[in-house]
Amino acid sequence: MDRRWRNAAGRIVASSLAPLIAVVGALLVGAVLLLAFGADPVEGYRALFVSAFGSEQALASTAIKAVPLVLVGVGITIAFRANVINIGGEGQLVAGGLLATVMALALPDLPAPVLLPLVLLAGAVGGAIWGGIPGALKAYLGVNEILSTIMLNIVAVQVMNFLLRGPLLDTSQISGLSRVPQTERLSPNADLPILIEGTRLHAGIIVALLAAVVVWVLLWRTTAGFRLRAVGLSPDAAAYAGMPVKRTVMLALALAGALAGLGGAVLVFGSVSHRMVTDGTTTGFTGAAGFNGIVAALFGGLHPLWTVLSSFVFGGLLVGGIAVQRVVQVPSSLIVALNGLVVVFVVSSELLRRRMRARALVPALRDPRPPRAPPAGGGRRPGTDRGSG
Amino acid sequence: MRVFSIGLVISGIHLSMPLLFAAYGGLVSERSGVINIALEGMMLFGAFLGVAVTFWTGSPWLGLAAGVGLGILLGALHGLLSITVRADQIVSATAINLLALGVTAALIPTIWGQPGVSPTVARIPPVVLPGLSDLPLVGEIFAELSILDYVGFLMVPVAFYVLYRTPLGLRLRACGEVPEAAASTGVDVIRTRYLAVLTSGALAALGGVYLSLVQVGLFQRGMTQGRGFIALAAMIFGKWRPLPILAASLLLGFADAFQFRAQAVGLPLPHDLLLALPYLVALVALATFIGRATAPGAIGKPYVKD
Repeated sequence: MDRRWRNAAGRIVASSLAPLIAVVGALLVGAVLLLAFGADPVEGYRALFVSAFGSEQALASTAIKAVPLVLVGVGITIAFRANVINIGGEGQLVAGGLLATVMALALPDLPAPVLLPLVLLAGAVGGAIWGGIPGALKAYLGVNEILSTIMLNIVAVQVMNFLLRGPLLDTSQISGLSRVPQTERLSPNADLPILIEGTRLHAGIIVALLAAVVVWVLLWRTTAGFRLRAVGLSPDAAAYAGMPVKRTVMLALALAGALAGLGGAVLVFGSVSHRMVTDGTTTGFTGAAGFNGIVAALFGGLHPLWTVLSSFVFGGLLVGGIAVQRVVQVPSSLIVALNGLVVVFVVSSELLRRRMRARALVPALRDPRPPRAPPAGGGRRPGTDRGSG
Repeated sequence: MRVFSIGLVISGIHLSMPLLFAAYGGLVSERSGVINIALEGMMLFGAFLGVAVTFWTGSPWLGLAAGVGLGILLGALHGLLSITVRADQIVSATAINLLALGVTAALIPTIWGQPGVSPTVARIPPVVLPGLSDLPLVGEIFAELSILDYVGFLMVPVAFYVLYRTPLGLRLRACGEVPEAAASTGVDVIRTRYLAVLTSGALAALGGVYLSLVQVGLFQRGMTQGRGFIALAAMIFGKWRPLPILAASLLLGFADAFQFRAQAVGLPLPHDLLLALPYLVALVALATFIGRATAPGAIGKPYVKD
């Protein structure tokens, strides 16, 4: 067999096998965890997969959980590609949800074909503002965006708690004993339509998939996307080439915010109760989607389309976790731990991949003729490894 | 109870201390070039194991040791993933945060038979220093301080001295700024970064142990409530420098204390908005008169030995 062919084959096997081994490894450790909690791992995993992917209902629940992850994740993809570390998904979800809710409360009588796009737009605008602020602070005043986005997460949650306990509180709740921080049932004209009768699957999934495709086109088929990536790779080189670096940094965070804000609107208008509701904790409204979306995006190699896939995997784990709890009587938070394990193992598989590739390249190194491409065995850095285009 | 009193100072110190420990954990790690967003998870694990071991042995000191030990192990895990495997440091840290949230919450009902919260355990007691606690006015403060509070305040000059006045500190900072240059002078970048991340884990876990064993004496599901991220914010607000980080931790801790007391007294203020105030103030301060915060040059970049 030709050497080059063998190298290519080795590379492909190495790059597809390593993540697979990683997932299997994570599931094995997870099985040990389940055993430690006195549960049958086979039964537990069966419950997980059946409830997450095993039926139309299951797939619908998984998709619903995946929607905010996709929206936050593709936004994170834009930001991280521009080398802007956006930890503000939580706050941007909240800001989007709030502005969309206010819009629905202000104009409840508009017909659905007008009101629904309007509330989604309001969500995107709210998120864009909440992302644009740290973007502008970073671009023009040099404020570290990790810091500002974390702080704005806290501010957003507190503003939400204030509004949902005060000005936006459901008036019928005031006489009742339980003062859940929530709005009244919002205008039905803003409900996201159900796509499949008998399931909860709503049109949010279409919004999310469209967003992923649009982001892919933006990043790899437009000048603006080229600028975003160029600024991310080297701001100095981009500035030298005449690109507006500051504006691009701000745009990256505002776009990431807009997508997360859209996710916030979808969370409100795709919810079962059709209200904006929280429980007073920091992740009460978002279900931590602002953080999980980061994981989904990084897991998806900062590529919008792979991010969709990884969001479905994580969404499935979230849904399946509840079933595992019910069927084998373990705490559902064990699944959060399993999420962490999967990330640990997939991250570690990078090392495995490097080793396997190095081995595949050994014959090429022995070859007296110089290889065409420099052997990429040891020196590949994860930073340059994210997705292709 | 009045809002402004000795009590405010005491609870301000108690609320600042976990931030200070964790923020110094972040400082050590990031000065060596490794981002540590896992502070939150390390705190949570530390807080949890501290209470669990205290529950089993009855000794909060053993709990303290176990919590810090676990923090070192987590530091090793973060080091393994982000230094040896050269994975994305934010992903590696996120994995630790997920593990912490999941494992600790799952173990609460397993160990204590009830979801959400552990029973109360023995706390780390205040140190009674004869003389000091009899002083008028400030004596009340000293009477409430535990050994960990003194350790925390002592940590500030120690960290300053080690970072800026010792060869080890110089090497650490060199690894975070230009690791290639450090390596060319014979510094083992990998080992230095490991040392930093292990220390970081210990300090972050100590912050968690403080939360659970000094402040309340129990463990509650997700009880760090994002304090690891606030500590990270304090570290950046303090521009990766020991003394400004102390100031930032105290500012955020006292703001928290003020809010709690205002609420307890029943001041007619929108408490939720009040909670957000210190962060807005910090942001405005950072954007206007404090100036640019510059991260270590090589932060977040895995080091590849040639």
